[in-house]
Amino acid sequence: MDFLAKLEELRYRSAYFLWVGVFFIGVIAIIGTLYYATAKIDYVWHWYDVPKYFINQARIDITADIEGVVESVTGKGRDAVVIVKGDDGSESYPMNKAEEIWVNKGDLVSPGKTLGIYHKWQPGILLQGMWLTLKVSMYAIVFGILIGMLGGIARISKNPALKWSAITYVEIVRGSPLLVQIFIWYFVLATLVNQLLMRYGFSEIDALYYGVAALATFTGAYVTEIVRAGIQSIHRGQTEAARSLGMTGPQAMLYIILPQAMRRILPPLAGQFISLIKDSSLLGMIAIRELTKATREAITISLSPYEFWFTCAILYLVLTFTLSMVVQYMERKMAIQ
Amino acid sequence: MIEVTDVHKTFFVPHKVKALVGVSTRIAAGEVVVVIGPSGSGKSTFLRCLNHLEAADSGHILIDGIDILDRKTNINKVRAEVGMVFQSFNLFPHKTVLENITLAQKVVRKRSTAAALEKADYLLKKVGIHDKANAYPDNLSGGQQQRVAIARALAMDPKVMLFDEPTSALDPEMIGEVLDVMKTLAQEGMTMVVVTHEMGFAREVADRVIFMDEGAIVEVGTPEHFFKNPTHDRTKLFLSQIL
Repeated sequence: MDFLAKLEELRYRSAYFLWVGVFFIGVIAIIGTLYYATAKIDYVWHWYDVPKYFINQARIDITADIEGVVESVTGKGRDAVVIVKGDDGSESYPMNKAEEIWVNKGDLVSPGKTLGIYHKWQPGILLQGMWLTLKVSMYAIVFGILIGMLGGIARISKNPALKWSAITYVEIVRGSPLLVQIFIWYFVLATLVNQLLMRYGFSEIDALYYGVAALATFTGAYVTEIVRAGIQSIHRGQTEAARSLGMTGPQAMLYIILPQAMRRILPPLAGQFISLIKDSSLLGMIAIRELTKATREAITISLSPYEFWFTCAILYLVLTFTLSMVVQYMERKMAIQ
Repeated sequence: MIEVTDVHKTFFVPHKVKALVGVSTRIAAGEVVVVIGPSGSGKSTFLRCLNHLEAADSGHILIDGIDILDRKTNINKVRAEVGMVFQSFNLFPHKTVLENITLAQKVVRKRSTAAALEKADYLLKKVGIHDKANAYPDNLSGGQQQRVAIARALAMDPKVMLFDEPTSALDPEMIGEVLDVMKTLAQEGMTMVVVTHEMGFAREVADRVIFMDEGAIVEVGTPEHFFKNPTHDRTKLFLSQIL
């Protein structure tokens, strides 16, 4: 009896591992096919080009500010100081970072002349672009949630001004291309706002923030519908119970409906934000150097399109997958017991 | 305590139904009134009109002298004085039993956390589920949930308690525990309006029984009068079907 049970257990487990095996064979087959296909293309791969677009060493010049003669070069290595004597007095330049000193005593220098150089690690264009994509997306998500919450509540309001505004907003924004919306934000609204700001002596707002605004309003429209569906999925009895205890409408919404709706909203919200991260690639069109634009620039310099587009895709995947994991974690935390 | 005068209510969704046609009655403080009637007779609508979960179309409903159909009335204030217990409990599933009972005390009555907890503690002992204070509603049986719902309503120190078929969604073996709590309440002098099919409860606890049919009050009387010699044919028919 015990033996039979064990046999059954073994059969069950071996079937399980068989299907795990099938999954991995499938994955390997797809990767293999992709690799084979790329090998067939008449293309010279330059993968070694890619890392320097993530991080690279830049040469930094220490330059003179005045015209004059090098009066002295004292000290060695890190302690070196170059003193330049000009017509209006002398200036000293500490060479504490310099790896090489390019001047000697008695040399003539003019402003901009390199006295010494050193190298510094700096993030490459891809890393900068990824950071900007992350930043833009996070801003847009935060504002998108705010807009969506208000929109969702307005959408189910009995007040026609609120309700119809919400419907109009959702239908127009959801139904028109994001690219056009970005153009309208940047070329129409931004021009107007910046002109007004200039007239009253304020500084202009950077294109980045119009890009964030475009993404936030776009996402907000989708979030509005998600929030509405979430709120409406909560049984009417919950509102009635809250109201019967004397809570006002907003109190019932805040304490009873929204916390419950949040749980149901989270999964579709995650999908929406993953879309948003990818949609942010359109911001390149208004000269915001996010990941896609950075990739295009890297390709222009390196002339290696395939490597960089693949890299670009993987970087987006890193961002979206991280977001997925965060949301899944939140879902687990919010689940009832 | 409650004065209802010529109340009408018509529903248009999903189709036109005259739910209440000229209902008038008075319920005195401390009275226990049981409302019975066939399904669709308007008894639940009547009850829900009493705390304005349904807005009556016309007539007057006075709760403790305040006309709740008057637009100037702050309905939230009135509702805090009128506790309601639902057929489907409607506990807040994202909150523990204790939080269910303390939330409205804090938000509506502006009580301190300590005061709200003390009250909840007392009420949970009263309804006999003190050991489940930190459980979530989904982990309780139906009878336990309904008793929490009663405690939640009582926590507001209401002057009136409305019960909308409180035992209809319960398994038979749990009906007793809920009715016991309600009986205790009645003995303590709580004003209660109870819509129910529990004739035993009506006979034993009610001061008055109201029989409704087709949106109107057909017959009113003491339980004795009601169950021994009802006057109207419709009442007789209903009682013969149900008893």
